[in-house]
Amino acid sequence: MIKIANVSKHYGDFNVLKDCSTTVSKGEVIVVCGPSGSGKSTLIKCVNGLEPFQSGEIIVNGISVGDPKTNLSKLRSHVGMVFQNFELFPHMSITQNLAIAQVKVLGRKQDEAIDKGLKLLDRVGLKAHAHKFPGQLSGGQQQRVAIARALAMDPICMLFDEPTSALDPEMVNEVLDVMTELAQEGMTMMCVTHEMGFARRVADRVIFMDQGAIVEDDSKEAFFANPRSERAQQFLAKILHH
Amino acid sequence: MYEFDWSSIPGALPFLWDGMKISLVITAQAVLIGIVWGTLLAMMRLSSIKPLSWFAAGYVNLFRAVPLVMVLLWFFLIVPEFVGQLFNIPKGTDLRLSSAMAGFALFEAAYYSEIIRAGIQSVPKGQIAASYALGMTYGQAMRLVVLPQAFRNMVPLLLTQGIILFQDTSLVYVSALADFFGAAYKVGDRDGRLVEMLLFAGAVYFVICFAASQLVKRLQKKYHPA
Repeated sequence: MIKIANVSKHYGDFNVLKDCSTTVSKGEVIVVCGPSGSGKSTLIKCVNGLEPFQSGEIIVNGISVGDPKTNLSKLRSHVGMVFQNFELFPHMSITQNLAIAQVKVLGRKQDEAIDKGLKLLDRVGLKAHAHKFPGQLSGGQQQRVAIARALAMDPICMLFDEPTSALDPEMVNEVLDVMTELAQEGMTMMCVTHEMGFARRVADRVIFMDQGAIVEDDSKEAFFANPRSERAQQFLAKILHH
Repeated sequence: MYEFDWSSIPGALPFLWDGMKISLVITAQAVLIGIVWGTLLAMMRLSSIKPLSWFAAGYVNLFRAVPLVMVLLWFFLIVPEFVGQLFNIPKGTDLRLSSAMAGFALFEAAYYSEIIRAGIQSVPKGQIAASYALGMTYGQAMRLVVLPQAFRNMVPLLLTQGIILFQDTSLVYVSALADFFGAAYKVGDRDGRLVEMLLFAGAVYFVICFAASQLVKRLQKKYHPA
């Protein structure tokens, strides 16, 4: 489904990504973790072309992301993405947020799009808030709407860029629950997150990044039981022992 | 001691009202064209296509670095010659209003574009990223997501600029166009009551602009309570 091959990216002399390679198969759930500044958010943004990269290749569903001839908008329309800061459109109601891209990008009819949006809103447990504006919802609620908005496009896979980092602690679980449910339904997911409990529960594989390179790429069992690199051992020791 | 004599005002009101209409027409069209052209300029300025960005920067810097009166004079004295030849307009056609309107619109666009540029930049970058991630093109992201938010943030500034513009329309007196100020001047001159007419015109400008800016303040409080 997603193939990342020898991807490198640099800003001037600074290497953000160094020769990263991995694959994500259909239905797989991959958690990408690592210290801040390790390039994990950059990597996931390369997958849907939000960040350009200088060398290597990323293939999503058979389409090369880096190819200048690729219609990136079309590709992105079926790759869902959820951001750290939700990025709901504050000038639109929740219903409009859910419908706008379905109508303007996929060409669906307005009432069909609203129907679909409301069904997904119900699925993330927020049906009662359809008429509100993003500013009237809590962070956790906004993030669940953002997930519903991405799902409304019928994505073939979902990218999560630290979806719970901007949330108050008591709201983290409501978002993780939605993500867990999604994973169990067989959605292909690539999640940048520090939530190791989530990784243990639902990930198939864990990728650990440090200084722009993929240091570990292993099954979650192997990663948590027995990380090979010293850097990953230190990282796990720090975030698991408190 | 100067003896005030306001008696020439009542009779001149219809003429003054005609002048006011010209002032308002110039203001309205300059605001409208200024915002549309200013938005395009702001988008060019922020574009990653270098020549567009340079053109917009050059345009804005040029118009912001010359006095409005001079721009109006160019458009009054020089431009009609060219345009007249270009479109075969007979000599002697009164182009004063059109040239004043063109001058104002092009001049104000430079100011509007700076306001709008700040407005576009006030919208968080993540909003564009989210629009792209949903499959929107640059045009859709701008039109549906960024510009509506930018304009909402900018309404008070755009209106305030409109009020300044309304005051500046008095500068069309350089082309002897009878806008409100020009009309007042003409009546005062004719009746030998220049002082009264100019005081009266000043009072009218004050009332209109002060009321309008109070209105803007209210709008601002209503939509941006912080």
